[in-house]
Amino acid sequence: MEEKIKEIIQQYNGDKSYLVPILQDVQKEFNYLPKDALCAVSTHLSVPISRVYEVVTFYKAFSLTPKGRHQMCLCMGTACHVRGAELIASNISDILGIKEGETTADLEFSFETVGCVGACALGPVLVVNGEYHGHMNIAKSTKVLKKLGKKGATDDE
Amino acid sequence: MINLTIDNRKIEAESGRFILDVARENGIVIPTLCSHESIEPTGSCRLCVVEAKQGKRTRIVTSCLYPVAEGMVVDTKSERVKAVRSLVLQLLLARCPESGQLKEMAEEMGVGPEPRFTPDQDNVKCILCRMCVRTCEKVVGVSAIGFSYRGTEKNVCTPFKEESATCIGCGACAYICPTGHIEMTTTETGDTRTIWERTFKMKACKVCGRYFAPEDQLAYISAKTGVPAEELAVCVSCR
Amino acid sequence: MMSKMKSFHELKSVQERLKAGRDPKKPSVTICVGTGCLAYGTQKLVDSFREELAKRDLTGKIDFRTSGCHGFCERGPMVVIGPENTFYQRVGLGDAAEIIDKTLLKGEVIDRLLYIDPATGEKIVREDDVPFYKKQTRLVFGLNFKVDPESLEDYLAIDGYSALAKAMTMQPEAIIQEVIKANLRGRGGGGFPAGWKWDETRKADGEPKYVICNADEGDPGAYMDRSLLEGNPHLVLEGMIIGAYAIGSHEGYIYVRNEYPLAVKNIHTAIRQAREAGLLGENILGSGFSFDVKINRGGGAFVCGESSALFASLEGRAGEPRAKYIHATHRGLYDKPTNLNNVETWANVPFIINRGADWYCGIGTAGSKGTKIFSLVGKINNTGLVEVPMGTSLRKIVFEIGGGIPEGRKFKAIQTGGPSGGCIPDKLLDLPVDFDELTKIGSMMGSGGMIVMDERNCMVDVARYFTNFLVSESCGKCVPCREGIRRMRDILVDICEGKGREGDVDLLEKMAKGIVDGALCALGNSAPNPVMSTIRHFRDEYEAHVREKRCPSGVCKALITYSVDAEKCTGCTLCAKVCPTKAATGERKKAHVIDPEKCTKCGACRESCKFDAIIVR
Repeated sequence: MEEKIKEIIQQYNGDKSYLVPILQDVQKEFNYLPKDALCAVSTHLSVPISRVYEVVTFYKAFSLTPKGRHQMCLCMGTACHVRGAELIASNISDILGIKEGETTADLEFSFETVGCVGACALGPVLVVNGEYHGHMNIAKSTKVLKKLGKKGATDDE
Repeated sequence: MINLTIDNRKIEAESGRFILDVARENGIVIPTLCSHESIEPTGSCRLCVVEAKQGKRTRIVTSCLYPVAEGMVVDTKSERVKAVRSLVLQLLLARCPESGQLKEMAEEMGVGPEPRFTPDQDNVKCILCRMCVRTCEKVVGVSAIGFSYRGTEKNVCTPFKEESATCIGCGACAYICPTGHIEMTTTETGDTRTIWERTFKMKACKVCGRYFAPEDQLAYISAKTGVPAEELAVCVSCR
Repeated sequence: MMSKMKSFHELKSVQERLKAGRDPKKPSVTICVGTGCLAYGTQKLVDSFREELAKRDLTGKIDFRTSGCHGFCERGPMVVIGPENTFYQRVGLGDAAEIIDKTLLKGEVIDRLLYIDPATGEKIVREDDVPFYKKQTRLVFGLNFKVDPESLEDYLAIDGYSALAKAMTMQPEAIIQEVIKANLRGRGGGGFPAGWKWDETRKADGEPKYVICNADEGDPGAYMDRSLLEGNPHLVLEGMIIGAYAIGSHEGYIYVRNEYPLAVKNIHTAIRQAREAGLLGENILGSGFSFDVKINRGGGAFVCGESSALFASLEGRAGEPRAKYIHATHRGLYDKPTNLNNVETWANVPFIINRGADWYCGIGTAGSKGTKIFSLVGKINNTGLVEVPMGTSLRKIVFEIGGGIPEGRKFKAIQTGGPSGGCIPDKLLDLPVDFDELTKIGSMMGSGGMIVMDERNCMVDVARYFTNFLVSESCGKCVPCREGIRRMRDILVDICEGKGREGDVDLLEKMAKGIVDGALCALGNSAPNPVMSTIRHFRDEYEAHVREKRCPSGVCKALITYSVDAEKCTGCTLCAKVCPTKAATGERKKAHVIDPEKCTKCGACRESCKFDAIIVR
């Protein structure tokens, strides 16, 4: 882990001002930000760990816990909101049994919401593992979860 | 030097200084919760706002950060100013209903709690004035504590909310905290001190035998100043 | 890879050579691959076109191009066939072969792929005849059609970077005067004159000076900056280099949202290409002037759109704003003179330099010049990006370009300016949209998001939504914003849940004033806008919630019940199928019923009902 982090920091010439992008790359590498990785970033970038921790918890893109195998990301932009995104969010939460920002205990699903993915014409938008699913509705979101193997999703056929 | 008016008083001040400092030197009281002479201002508590008129433009400014200027007319007690202060205090009273210091301040300013705000039940007395964090970073120089999260979730803590390896147990954060949020406890004999959930061994004075400072703090001072640890083993009163 | 160009003359000859190589009469295929269209699965269509063209040995014989966003996102995937500009919309992913064989080779038009004007029922063949496009003035955004965002050659072939070459023959002060004269105002929110900012930064003491492009488009519902950056990155870059030359800056940053992966990729490519071609880096076009740009990806924080928070983020810290009594033009990034403009502002610069301030001033209103790109979203038929001259009326944007409200519902309000903006009711639809007019009525331009709401949107719910958004995006530094907005949100939640109290609306107004005056930064200062503007224009809706415990629009769950209109219900059983709690029941071909005990008011039945038979009261 340490070597990988040194390598990432090297790509930014050890420049402290790139702390945010460096952490983004570290998170991409490990799927989340393990504590040891943050300590290594702190040491090799000469930034106090308290400040690394502050930055990690400040920005929404970072996660201190492992993310699920399937990442469900629901857009909560205004365009999606006026087309009923909140109802879809509660449906997904209900089915997965987790709140927004959490991961299921079996590490199968993570569910998060974002401000706006900028695909407003397709709203509401659910991004599943990086793939956009547009014109989402309650029934469709249930189907998506079912297709990904979530048991207990209501059978609507 | 420039000339300005604060609360109808003509005042001469050095250009570039902040309104708050100039007012205080002239005996004009502006309430604050996040200002301290040993640390740079940050403008987070918003109690020190004043109304400043420059040319035709009147606006609310942060007196701890706003430099005085020639011809400026400052009103520290206008209705707009009072409205902001009263809102800030009501919000803080709802956040920290347990804080005696806040209650006292509100009473002095004639502000009562807003009944529509449900007081928080978490017994947190921190108002996020940032004085502890700034002291730890700028005055002590160890950055053992910092902020985490943002918005309503924001709080002051050690990284990962675990014992901090860089904390030297100096207690500066607890001394400067205006609401008594940061707890520091010492055993009866004084041989250990606990802060941020870490317990520090205290050093006994070579002369009087009284426990006077955490060993980690003395080691830190020694390393930083080059003064041998031996010389630092005497308390201030015996020096 | 293009070899390094070392003079203006060389640039000119490369442009001429590239232009000569392009035959406007040559058959062409252009496919939009903006994020919106890609989300429809357009990549498959692109691959299949390439394959089918190769099969017919047509590769190279026709101009095949993938382009950035065209703006009519509602109708993707979109294919435009040249030279006639035949416009196909909602193209099937398997339609490539048919389009090649019929339209490209035989000139036949495929009827089913044409756009039908809902107003006249007429089928429209050419792209420029589609009312959505026809009624716009696509000055800046129009170039997206003509270039592959990953091709510098494409950009040079439409005379790209000639504004840069022209600017570099001018005195820096003269460039700034031209931008001041054009009255180019910042498209990112405040509408501050860009030329004044440039001038201040140029005159400020201190080195280095920084030039920054703000591409942290955080307003939910706005995506024009993303589409420009991903669709025509060289245009934005050219604007920045001109600005840097005028200001005397040698270092620039592009701060872009990490949620926009395609924009990040395309601007990376553009920067690399520009460096290789001698348009960026050391000794640009042999002029002796050097300037380079770095990309910094944001970490997901709306507040970083605020300049001092953006600087903090660029410096590797949490994005907390600071009080700005000394302008960024004097003390910005690392306390050095800094000029920050957003993507759309930079993209306007090459036009001003090429065609002059006088020409630019001919577009727009007295106080706001040029065009503005809006993202028209929400309850609107033609969702998409719309570019119109400043001063165009809301009515024209919503009804003529946007095609009105879907399903024949009634227009209620339009929200502009993002979370810091406000809601505008129907009686103000004739308002000419520019910076000053929007501010006057309690909203703002912001970055140009326009969210249309119909009779099924509750304005209290909308205020709650924005306030809640701001609660989660407040950095937490100052008390009025951190504590005040959450208390406002709590009261709004109470009102939506039927727990509102008499006096709540007055208290909200009082708090709003205190927060506007008391908050530290622009995010906090403007945070009460959604609440204030909805109270101002829709006070009756607040009162219905508070006094009558009623949500007139049927949105607030605690105040509504679902039932079935037995007259309208055909017994199609769809609602019973989608109902997750089996609250909706009934026999086939007989009117259904909803058991209020079991109903969770999730809305699935209403969403699925094709006969408008679900009553929500």
